[in-house]
Amino acid sequence: MEVLVYLIPISLILGGLGLGAFVWTLKSRQYDDPDGDSQRILSDQYDDKPKQD
Amino acid sequence: MSATVQTSACPACAAAPLAQEVAGRAPSGGDEVMLSLPAIHCAACISGVERSLSAMPGVRRARVNLTLKRAMIDVDPGTEPATLAQALTSEGWEAHELDAATLAGTQVDRTGRDLLMRLGVAGFAMMNVMLLSVAVWSGAEAATRDLFHWISATIAIPTIAFSAQPFFRNAWTALRAARLNMDVPISLAILLAAGMSVYETAQSGEHAYFDAALSLTFFLLAGRYLDYRTRSVARSAAQELAALEVPRALRVAADGEAMVPISELAVGDMVRVLPGARVPVDGIVTSGASEIDRSLLTGESLPVATGEGAEVNAGEVNLTGALTVRVTAAGEDSTLHRLADLVAVAETTRNRYTSLADRAARIYAPAVHLLAFAAFVGWLWISGGDVRLSLNIAVAVLIITCPCALGLAVPAVTTAASGRLFKRGLLIKSATALERLAEVDTVVFDKTGTLTTGAPVAENLGDHARRDLELALALAEGSAHPLAQSLALAARTAGVRPANVTDLREVPGHGVEAVWQGQRVRLGRADWTGADAAAQTATYLQVGGRVLTFRFADRLRDGAEQAVAALQAQGMRVLLLSGDNATAVAELAGRVGIETFEAGVLPQDKAARVEALMADGRRVLMVGDGLNDTAALAAAHASISPASALEATRVVSDIVLLGGSLAPLGDTLATARSATRRIRENFGIAAIYNMIAIPIALTGFATPLAAALAMSGSSICVSLNALRLR
Repeated sequence: MEVLVYLIPISLILGGLGLGAFVWTLKSRQYDDPDGDSQRILSDQYDDKPKQD
Repeated sequence: MSATVQTSACPACAAAPLAQEVAGRAPSGGDEVMLSLPAIHCAACISGVERSLSAMPGVRRARVNLTLKRAMIDVDPGTEPATLAQALTSEGWEAHELDAATLAGTQVDRTGRDLLMRLGVAGFAMMNVMLLSVAVWSGAEAATRDLFHWISATIAIPTIAFSAQPFFRNAWTALRAARLNMDVPISLAILLAAGMSVYETAQSGEHAYFDAALSLTFFLLAGRYLDYRTRSVARSAAQELAALEVPRALRVAADGEAMVPISELAVGDMVRVLPGARVPVDGIVTSGASEIDRSLLTGESLPVATGEGAEVNAGEVNLTGALTVRVTAAGEDSTLHRLADLVAVAETTRNRYTSLADRAARIYAPAVHLLAFAAFVGWLWISGGDVRLSLNIAVAVLIITCPCALGLAVPAVTTAASGRLFKRGLLIKSATALERLAEVDTVVFDKTGTLTTGAPVAENLGDHARRDLELALALAEGSAHPLAQSLALAARTAGVRPANVTDLREVPGHGVEAVWQGQRVRLGRADWTGADAAAQTATYLQVGGRVLTFRFADRLRDGAEQAVAALQAQGMRVLLLSGDNATAVAELAGRVGIETFEAGVLPQDKAARVEALMADGRRVLMVGDGLNDTAALAAAHASISPASALEATRVVSDIVLLGGSLAPLGDTLATARSATRRIRENFGIAAIYNMIAIPIALTGFATPLAAALAMSGSSICVSLNALRLR
């Protein structure tokens, strides 16, 4: 049962990573325009560098 | 559900700080402009619009939101949103200016994101605790079980403290007002389950309900979030309709004319109203002559002549000549607003309607508490004073009976139904509208602007000689008056070519005159052309000594006949109440197949007729668009208005018809009825589940595993049943 000592923290960290990722998506407004984002990925306009704001 | 997300009760309260946040996000010195893009639908549209906008002068950054069908644009100060909209429209992307102030509340949707965050946290915690619980259910013992319980506790307690806050807050508000709502048993179950489980864990007990407390939180939050989404979609669409009408007026001052927001106008200011524009304020005409269309205010389809010294009201449409108006009341004080205020008072009567969910909650909440308390006292007596055992059973009863299925039963159905209706072009604004719509047995229609489009169609072209038609066409093309334009269109379509006339000029408020073969010819109002006025909308052509009458009929709105036929087929009683004259109303009623109608009905009589029908036990659905309908719309059991109605009218109605057609009306009632049937079925499912689960819990056989299975099972059943909605 010693394996629990590793497995439990690992499962908690993985869960925490998932939660962190979710919080990040929410904070960066990725749920504001679900329809638009699903279309934008199909855009045929390629950039050779990131957009400058 | 009875308890709602609190902040949504008052969008205006939330709007002020949000507006500041919007302002804070815009780059310094720039303005944020919003355009409505009703026609965009694809990836090419997004990049096309963004490219076109970025190329326009004054635009710093543009981003399209396809979900909201809007573009958010950062512009240099002083850039006119109207010019951007026009430029975009001319490039092939239909665009309308939106009033950013009206929309401030919907753009940064903080409440929605807040609920989503709580839901996400509860979901992650639930999954992790469930995993740990599986180990316990499959037989972990002694130290291992205690360890797993402790880990569950460290995950569950902070999660509950964060995620279940909306329930605690609502429950506290209800308790302080000495009321019981659904959130009281929910909060009690969550808190007691968590507290009891901590105690059990500390005592190395066998049963801990952390997973149950978390899944309870998760499922109920899911219901709450669905409910919130449905209403915020409707609210933002309704606000968008309002924001499309940017309230502006052309103010005449010593230093020239300028477009100003209506809020900046003061009594005594001079305002210029151009032909075709809506009168922005109440006032008195100081110069100019024209005809005004009062149909939105009174339902009359005939335009009324106006001139110097006449009174005009906000909401009327100026037809022929430019008018200069001295403001007597603007904004909040105008007739339009006063009528809207009256309506707000009337609306409170409808708020007394108790929804199915509220009625269920009223029985459910006390029953749950009594049952749990009875279980506690009963087991205390049976076991001879074993508090721990009795409390354990009482908590199990609370968790099992907790309204997980009930919390999802209504939001899942209304979300599905509203989504479907939205696709057909109906915007459900009120939370209980679907239920009320399902009970309707009488439908009252307004005429002008509802069953008809308010646009006239020339009727009797065939009665006139070709030469006269040629002359009429030549004159009609010289005017922007709706009757003239319609006549010109009809003549052109019939293959008529205009006669040669000279000295064509429009006489505002009267008509058009010209010289034809050396004699003066006129097309216009009856008194000006020397004709006897017909009972119907008409224009008159004067040639020499003869006067010809061109009659017009209002064009039926698309789908009006189908809608009436569908409603009658469903066994509804259909009535027509109109403020217009008897001939016009009778003719129209015959065309759409309505047998019962009344003409010349004043606004207050309309409301009184609706109230009389309601007093007879009829459930009335009012369909209307004018200000003269607002009182009746507010008095009716349910109400629908087309998107072309004035804002005040749309505010009163439960449902706004976004498309031009009335055809979806019949289906809408059917959908509403099937939605209500699903809600009742869902309550039935929840009741059956409780009938099986409660005896098990009362007799003390409920384990955490049984609770978890029962809760998820009933929630999934209810959600699937909701999705069956067609």
